[in-house]
Amino acid sequence: MDERIVIVGAGQAGGELAAGLRKQGYPGRIVLLGDEPHPPYQRPPLSKGFLLGKVALAELYLKPLATYERFDIELRLGARVEAIDRTTRALALQDGSRLSYDKLVLATGGRARRLPLPGLPRAPIENLFSVRSIADIEAMRAKFVAGNRLVLVGGGYVGLEVAAVAVQLGLRVTVLEAAPRLLARVTGPEVSTFIEQLHHERGVDFRLACEVQGLELDEAGCQVRAVRIVRHGIPEQIDADLVLVGIGLVPNTELASAAGLAVDDGIVVDEYACTSDPAILAIGDCANQPSAFAGGRLRLESVPNAIEHARVAAATLMGKREPSAAIPWFWSDQYGLKLQMVGLSAGYEQCVTRGSAGGKEFSAFYLKDNRILAADVLGRPAEFMAAKRLVASRAQVDVTRLGDAAVPLASLAA
Amino acid sequence: MPKIKFIEADGKEHEVEAQEGQSVMQAAMDNLVPGIVAECGGFASCATCHGYVDEAWLPKVPPPDAAEEGMIACAYHVRPTSRLTCQITVTPALDGLVVRLPLSQTSE
Repeated sequence: MDERIVIVGAGQAGGELAAGLRKQGYPGRIVLLGDEPHPPYQRPPLSKGFLLGKVALAELYLKPLATYERFDIELRLGARVEAIDRTTRALALQDGSRLSYDKLVLATGGRARRLPLPGLPRAPIENLFSVRSIADIEAMRAKFVAGNRLVLVGGGYVGLEVAAVAVQLGLRVTVLEAAPRLLARVTGPEVSTFIEQLHHERGVDFRLACEVQGLELDEAGCQVRAVRIVRHGIPEQIDADLVLVGIGLVPNTELASAAGLAVDDGIVVDEYACTSDPAILAIGDCANQPSAFAGGRLRLESVPNAIEHARVAAATLMGKREPSAAIPWFWSDQYGLKLQMVGLSAGYEQCVTRGSAGGKEFSAFYLKDNRILAADVLGRPAEFMAAKRLVASRAQVDVTRLGDAAVPLASLAA
Repeated sequence: MPKIKFIEADGKEHEVEAQEGQSVMQAAMDNLVPGIVAECGGFASCATCHGYVDEAWLPKVPPPDAAEEGMIACAYHVRPTSRLTCQITVTPALDGLVVRLPLSQTSE
């Protein structure tokens, strides 16, 4: 049998799919194309242990190179796809070669959103960074030395993780955030305040509700010297030795659009990960999928989603139909404190907290009609597992008991 | 190299050669053993690398810390021998270790 599955993108989703197909005994050829020089690796530690120097490069790799060889997964690194020819079922690669496929899976992920400032020079600015790849971290590492002034644009999880690492390495850190509070898109005000305090106590400066107006470059135009902001109508200039932009991800959908596939905040797929072309699937950060849990379409940027979506796609490619019932969850780690988030809080009517927001452990539950839609669990891993079950069950809970830290969370699941 | 035997819930066995110093979870991942998901990559944050350490081997495996115990308490299909395999480091003393895998890592 000579059927060939080509996976574009050797990230967590692509790697997981290749492995998943072999685990299920897929007998055909599997080609896994990655444009980075690394085999599939874990991105979450990039802004945590890897930047801090506690996690080594080889530890990031999800599997050693030998595994791909042993299981006959043709891993081609440094390979970029230029175009998809759907009529002949072939890919045009940057090196001029063509690669035909029977089934194609787009696992193209995303790239860091760039600062939307007009007038930035085209040439790369040497001390302006973003966090997406091993190369990004390697480029910025030399600047992460004690005393340097780091200005972080964006108070989301990635930015805050970098802030935590930077503080531990002795940098002076200022976080700029457009919203009036941190993590405004993903958590409630109670958690935002807790996180702000966590960082503030360790010396991180914040400028919330601020607008970035521009960068002050040196005369040669290759280094940022300061970031110009306006806050409550008052202009300010914040001096910087390095600037890191963490304002989200742009899904890599260009290949799909150019090939005429439906794209709407990600490559549009059905519950089996299939695009509008039955020979092409899309998974992970780049895919926009129906979610049984959310009752609508979602594009998720997370490792659990990449793994789950790869599982769904592997089933589809094996001729099975296994839509996902998974509940989105996310995690972060700042100063050794575990933050675990489950569910989607959008549309919540009530936030119930357990533990003291002034203390070191704290959970927030987001409810609607006494049902828990989502939970943020900070420093209480055991409670996270219980919270995950409560979100999954969609059961109504007694709000007074939920807010009483003396009542075991697991006992609320009735 | 220490050998580890993983037994899936349906009885299918996978004997793998593990590297000293890696986690039992990573040994399973490197060898494409089905039944371990390992969403969080080995940071004891997700309980999807849950396995049952064979009783004969329990005394040879260092006990779980409080964080791991907390995660296990609410994992699926928990038994007294439940562990997170990402928290067990492969040593020569564990040559021959047997780990059984739960029916599911993510659901009842």
